[in-house]
Amino acid sequence: MQKPILEQLLQDRAGKRAVALATHLATGKEELIYPSDKEQTELAQQARIALREDKARTVETAGGEVFINVFNSPLRLLIAGAVHIAQPLAQMAAVAGYDVTIIDPRRAFATAERFPGVALLTEWPDAGVAELRPDARTAIVTLTHDPKLDDAALSTALNSDSFYIGCLGSKKTHAARLERLRRAGFGDAALARIHGPVGLAIGAKSPAEIAISILAQMTSILRGGAVT
Amino acid sequence: MENHDRVLEQAAAWRGEGAGVALATVTTTWGSAPRPAGSQLAVHEDGRFVGSVSGGCIEGAVVVEAQDIIQSGAPKLLEFGVSNSQAWEVGLACGGKIKVYVERVD
Repeated sequence: MQKPILEQLLQDRAGKRAVALATHLATGKEELIYPSDKEQTELAQQARIALREDKARTVETAGGEVFINVFNSPLRLLIAGAVHIAQPLAQMAAVAGYDVTIIDPRRAFATAERFPGVALLTEWPDAGVAELRPDARTAIVTLTHDPKLDDAALSTALNSDSFYIGCLGSKKTHAARLERLRRAGFGDAALARIHGPVGLAIGAKSPAEIAISILAQMTSILRGGAVT
Repeated sequence: MENHDRVLEQAAAWRGEGAGVALATVTTTWGSAPRPAGSQLAVHEDGRFVGSVSGGCIEGAVVVEAQDIIQSGAPKLLEFGVSNSQAWEVGLACGGKIKVYVERVD
């Protein structure tokens, strides 16, 4: 790999830009292809498909076999509520490859002591979530227990393409939440996107165990895996 | 807390220290291969490595090849699969088959 290619790849990763690396296997020649590139060559088109599907592949071209590796921008997790469960969840999600942001307007909760190294946004959750422009590679989890904060995050989350929306709270809390959102104008299809009570039923008790159950559920939705 | 998957960054850091470095990438898989296409392993000339191209089954063999490639500079496409008749050979116990592209980081 030529030094300029590696340096550009690292810059793109640091800048969180999606990029595909095409390697001509017979010659070792390498090139970078971006989703915004307008090129209509067969290779550029294949690279865009690989990026969209987040899946590396080897393709046959007129010039021989080309391996396309995919370096998408990182998955993101937005957590509404700088509560106790958010601490292990932020850590575990980071190890799993997520860029984590915690949103909580309560400055006593959202402190650097409680969340070392984690991005904190002390805004109201609807504004905070909207500002971060969640996309199809973003998961959103609400943990505040406070309808004012959770519902604000949810109303913005439900209008986004986020692949996962999860809400902490008992079945009773969740039923009341769905009722409020229904009154706010959300239909069945929108409400069916919400995972609540959040997480897989693994009998989690401690904040760390609950974080595991949430991350496991997020993973199963992301990868389309069956939960047994 | 950082994403544990920082293979390219480590490769660049070793290179920056002046060490010879190779990068191995899974390009194709068949059957139940342990790591998907795109998985990477960075190899230092002294044999240290980060990342993975399998569940630990073939990393040893890839590191040896990578050390040769750091010397020669010529990239190689390696193939690993099940080796029933020669169980002592390097292979994938899971029954999968993979191709791994190994190149020097210049």
